[in-house]
Amino acid sequence: MYQTNYHRPSSVQEAVKLIGGAAEGKYLAGGMTLIATMKQRLAAPSDLVDLRHIAELKGITVNGRSVRIGAATTHHDVASSAELEAVCPAICALASHIGDPHVRHMGTIGGSIANNDPAADYPAAMLALDATIVTNSRQIAAADFFTGLFETALDDGEIITAITFDAPAKAAYQKFPNPASRYAMAGVFVARRDNGEVRVAVTGAGSNGVFRHQGMEAALAGNWSPDAVGNISVDASDLLTDLHASAAYRAKLIKVMTKRAVAAA
Amino acid sequence: MAKITMTVNGRQVSGTCDDRTLLVHFIRENLGLTGTHVGCETSQCGACVIHMDGLSVKSCSILAVQAAGSSITTIEGLAKDGELHPVQAAFKAHHGLQCGFCTPGMVMTAVDMIARHGSNLDEATVRAELEGNICRCTGYHNIVKAILAAAGEMGGVRQAAE
Repeated sequence: MYQTNYHRPSSVQEAVKLIGGAAEGKYLAGGMTLIATMKQRLAAPSDLVDLRHIAELKGITVNGRSVRIGAATTHHDVASSAELEAVCPAICALASHIGDPHVRHMGTIGGSIANNDPAADYPAAMLALDATIVTNSRQIAAADFFTGLFETALDDGEIITAITFDAPAKAAYQKFPNPASRYAMAGVFVARRDNGEVRVAVTGAGSNGVFRHQGMEAALAGNWSPDAVGNISVDASDLLTDLHASAAYRAKLIKVMTKRAVAAA
Repeated sequence: MAKITMTVNGRQVSGTCDDRTLLVHFIRENLGLTGTHVGCETSQCGACVIHMDGLSVKSCSILAVQAAGSSITTIEGLAKDGELHPVQAAFKAHHGLQCGFCTPGMVMTAVDMIARHGSNLDEATVRAELEGNICRCTGYHNIVKAILAAAGEMGGVRQAAE
């Protein structure tokens, strides 16, 4: 790892100021991706601004069906929140299957979303739940937030402070993890609203990152059952091919994961 | 360079290290506590698992400066007054180790797991929770047995104390 300078602010305002004064600063949330990347010398930030000690970034609030999750809330805290479990158990289940217990004790929802790894789980949930990404300066709809592989709409120095969404009537997430890395080779989050609107978001498979599948959404809006997607074909042309799976295989996985998710919702 | 202070196994310790120094190296090299192992150093094997403020974490994936001010427990902090911790005793009784390299991380993981699930642990949960710890000797069977036995015993102790 190259040399770096560590800072520990206690407020969002202080964090923004610190990053503004750094040559090539980076925010450090749980660090479960960033520290590993720095060890490989694939990242070499001059300064690290630690967000783990900012109280205003933490905590889960549920008001009726309206949910707010602070950006520095760990996967462990999302997975074990009784309040959240009562209105949106799907997001608790998703968080409980990220990495391993030790990673879940450090990794945060804001860090995962800001990193936008194409195989990360949370981006699919954000899109399917029609979540709003709240930052220190604005609110960004999930649909506008994830702009490509490891790319987001965040400006330099902008901090995600919270994620908000309205809990859907039904939702579930199913993934097919790579047997070695456990990252999703295809992960599908389905959500159905009281008005019948359905969202199907896919992670781990798109060559441009997380995406919605309109064909399956329309089929499931008409008939909310695993069989409804039986005749939908998933176009493999925009899917990833790598040493783990071909695009055609991922296309099949997406369909199977969607069926499992609908059955589980 | 950073001067950091933390509580390790109940004792306040201080040291100086680079901002880029990993917590596991601080624990091993600055504090001389070599029970915590460096296995893969890519956050996969779990040989470096310790507890930070009561939760299991991988000390190869955290900077020492991130842990400043926290309370750390390493494998050396488990045994009390020459008596093995119940999880350590269970690993010994059930032959939960062969070469022993992964054992500190396995034991710290087990203690955390039992703290969160109590004596309600079942085999499926134990196996799922061992996701982040790799053992290349035992095939895990005796590790799982040891954790279940320790969970039962510790739950029993807790009930008896109530």
